[in-house]
Amino acid sequence: MKIKFKELRKSIYIFATEKTIGFTLISIFLGLVVGAIFLVAAGFNPFQAYWIMLIGIFSKPSYISYTIIRATPLILTGLSIAFAFKTGLFNIGAEGQFIIGSVAATATGYFLHLPLLIHIPVVIISAVIAAGVWGGIAGYFKAKFGVHEVISTIMLNWIALYFQNFLIYTKGFQKPGGETSYSIQPTANMMILKTWKQSEAGREWLLQHPFWKDLLRTPMNWGFIIAILMAILVWFVLNKTALGYRLRAVGFNKFAAEYGGINVNKNIIISMFIAGALAGLAGALQVVGVSHKVTLIAAMEGYGFDGIAVALIANSNALGCILAGLLFGALKYGGTKIQMFPVKAPSEVISIMIGSIVFFISIPKLIKVILSRKNKKGGTK
Amino acid sequence: MGYENATRSLTKVIEMKNITKKFGDFVANDSVNLDIFKGKVHALLGENGAGKSTLMNILYGLYSPTSGEILINGKKVNITNPNIAIDHGIGMVHQHFMLITPFTVAQNIILGREPTSKMSVLNMKKALMDVKEISERYGLYVDPNAKVEDISVGMQQRVEILKALYRGAEILILDEPTAVLTPQEIVELIQIIKNLTKEGKSIILISHKLKEITEAADFCLIIRRGKHIDTVVVSETDEAGLASKMVGREVSFSVAKEDKEAGDEIFSIKDLVVKDNRGIIAVDKLNLSLKKGEIFGLAGIDGNGQTELLEAITGLRKVESGQIMINGKDITNNTPFQVISKKISHIPEDRQKRGLVLDFDISENTILENYYKNPFARKGILQYKNIKVYAKELINKFDVRPKDEAKMARTLSGGNQQKVIIAREVSNNPDLLIAAQPTRGLDVGAIEFVHKSLIEQRDNDKAVFLISFELDEIMNVSDRIAVIYEGKIVGIEDAKDAKIETLGLMMAGGGNK
Repeated sequence: MKIKFKELRKSIYIFATEKTIGFTLISIFLGLVVGAIFLVAAGFNPFQAYWIMLIGIFSKPSYISYTIIRATPLILTGLSIAFAFKTGLFNIGAEGQFIIGSVAATATGYFLHLPLLIHIPVVIISAVIAAGVWGGIAGYFKAKFGVHEVISTIMLNWIALYFQNFLIYTKGFQKPGGETSYSIQPTANMMILKTWKQSEAGREWLLQHPFWKDLLRTPMNWGFIIAILMAILVWFVLNKTALGYRLRAVGFNKFAAEYGGINVNKNIIISMFIAGALAGLAGALQVVGVSHKVTLIAAMEGYGFDGIAVALIANSNALGCILAGLLFGALKYGGTKIQMFPVKAPSEVISIMIGSIVFFISIPKLIKVILSRKNKKGGTK
Repeated sequence: MGYENATRSLTKVIEMKNITKKFGDFVANDSVNLDIFKGKVHALLGENGAGKSTLMNILYGLYSPTSGEILINGKKVNITNPNIAIDHGIGMVHQHFMLITPFTVAQNIILGREPTSKMSVLNMKKALMDVKEISERYGLYVDPNAKVEDISVGMQQRVEILKALYRGAEILILDEPTAVLTPQEIVELIQIIKNLTKEGKSIILISHKLKEITEAADFCLIIRRGKHIDTVVVSETDEAGLASKMVGREVSFSVAKEDKEAGDEIFSIKDLVVKDNRGIIAVDKLNLSLKKGEIFGLAGIDGNGQTELLEAITGLRKVESGQIMINGKDITNNTPFQVISKKISHIPEDRQKRGLVLDFDISENTILENYYKNPFARKGILQYKNIKVYAKELINKFDVRPKDEAKMARTLSGGNQQKVIIAREVSNNPDLLIAAQPTRGLDVGAIEFVHKSLIEQRDNDKAVFLISFELDEIMNVSDRIAVIYEGKIVGIEDAKDAKIETLGLMMAGGGNK
């Protein structure tokens, strides 16, 4: 029995230190443990809380749907940051790029009157370009004047935030009597079966099919599929194309890239454009799929900042961002469940838990040291 | 007289017995024995990756050995971290200095062992006196108030040595101490080593440069692929003997090359002016020209404008005035991309900073300049199959080890990293090959290979521009030799007529002006 335990510990050690996935899983587990400690400290039963969370995420089709809807923008902002990481840049500006994307999507969605199948692509593409330019500005500043992208993107975030608020108080864009914009035209709405859902026949059919009724209760839309396709596309571009080779070379060693004839400055701008475009896509999908408008915001909503955490959990792997985004979306959505009856825990606990997961992932060395100590002791005695 | 007899009457301060260190399946040290004697210099010789540094990191407490034991002054010790090593009087001067550059020399030396008066207030007066005292005792003259960022590399090394002595080191490990030094600084370092041993200190000298081992060391342990090969008395052997033990075969030092008539002029520089990073003129109205089928060597002490000259040619630095021409085309202030497309290849001075993307694998590194061209990419999509085939071909042709194109460049030894760069650059089939410090930090086996590659280029009627701080290398390989001093060419000689004395004089600025 003793020996078996030792072997188990050794295999956990190898799993955790030599395989990225194993390491990530252990970090998530440790984050849950720390979250449990806080729950206990606050006087709650962690097992009950986690159980409520688990069934709050998986027990109904609509819950799963909400989780996916929550995860969609996070996958894309995570991709934005992961992409920038891979090319040697730290894009803190996903937040602002998200805002620019959603503003552009709302504007084109409301002001333009186009046929159904054309309107959505136009909205999405204009949002992507607007946010790409927004990200590209930071890239240009870095390439031209050596301004660090962390500083310029943080400032651009605030400019984007107040730009959105300014527009909301602009006549023609503001919906009279509210602190929101007008809603986008129905032709720009990407919700699945939205007209049928409200039609007489649709309501009748749904009444007899509770599974579908529950599922379609949510603002289910095509955004998640687009996010997955983007993750695959980003992975492909980075790893399989000449452009990706260039961007990675600049990211890993810009001096060697420069020596090899690669235009470093141009690639920094391209990279920030793409990163901005991905975050902007997140904003656009949120508008066409879920919110249909933009509202006055008092502070950053956190899509971009959560994206940093998603990119870290995914170890900047494009495909990993899908899973990390889903995990994050699930935690965020599930977190709201433990706020309600019967647990009634504060949602801050969920923030602490997410924070500690990110913390454990960001300090791989510490975990490795802790595990190797344990393993050494176990091994020699 | 043999090692046994020579060491019989000496006092052992350190015994490392049957040290084995494994990393997974890889055996970095395979029962290595090392004895260090009081007041003696013991060299550690081996090729890159032979396990020298591993052995020293074990002694310094950075690694723990898989098996074997360490005795200090006859007592068994367990060195689990560097602080324990320091407490046992072991000091280490790393190859890459560990100094805080905005701090002064004295501040760096006392760091971690600051003399304090009451209330823990730093007593800088005492610190300065202590520093002065040890620096005079060992003849290690430094200016204690100078900032480290303002002093030369040689001076910084002295600060590192003083740091170790200040902590009471009796045994000093010097890891590749001459790799960064000028010839004059090497002479000074060897004098410092002699002063230290006179005072009873023991020195462990890690090196793969045979010349300095024969000049400075008393004994020499030779390691090859982690295995203990031999321990010899240095005065009883010579460079050739050491070299063959290190590499495991006979090594030729003189470079075999046949006489060759140089062809037409292919590359020229006229009145070139280039500024350095501080905006000071580094290359000052420099003129030179290269012919097809010759190796043109540029000798000079580090910091006389070589780096700026190279960067100006290759498009990495702006040219203030003047003209650079290849094949009749003006390439002044071209981008690196344009320079490469004019058939100029470049083996860079700093292989890890410029030459390789360390986090790319070998195959990705072999296409650094050609990644977008057919057959490596078609319509913007990388053709990994073709890249792999090409990388395999280069690996075989240039004997890169390990023979695995998927190995990260970071994991290769210095010599093999250099082989990857040379393979890539030579395979571009350039008209002009610029080789900057191509053998820096390499062992004799790899040096031989690099020199052969350069000569092969020359024999194929290409022009080779060799820049090196090693005068021996310049004299052995070049057909013509120019000397650069303060950004100007101060003399050009035919290699056959060149004398080391006159070249040395010119390098120091005392040449025929």
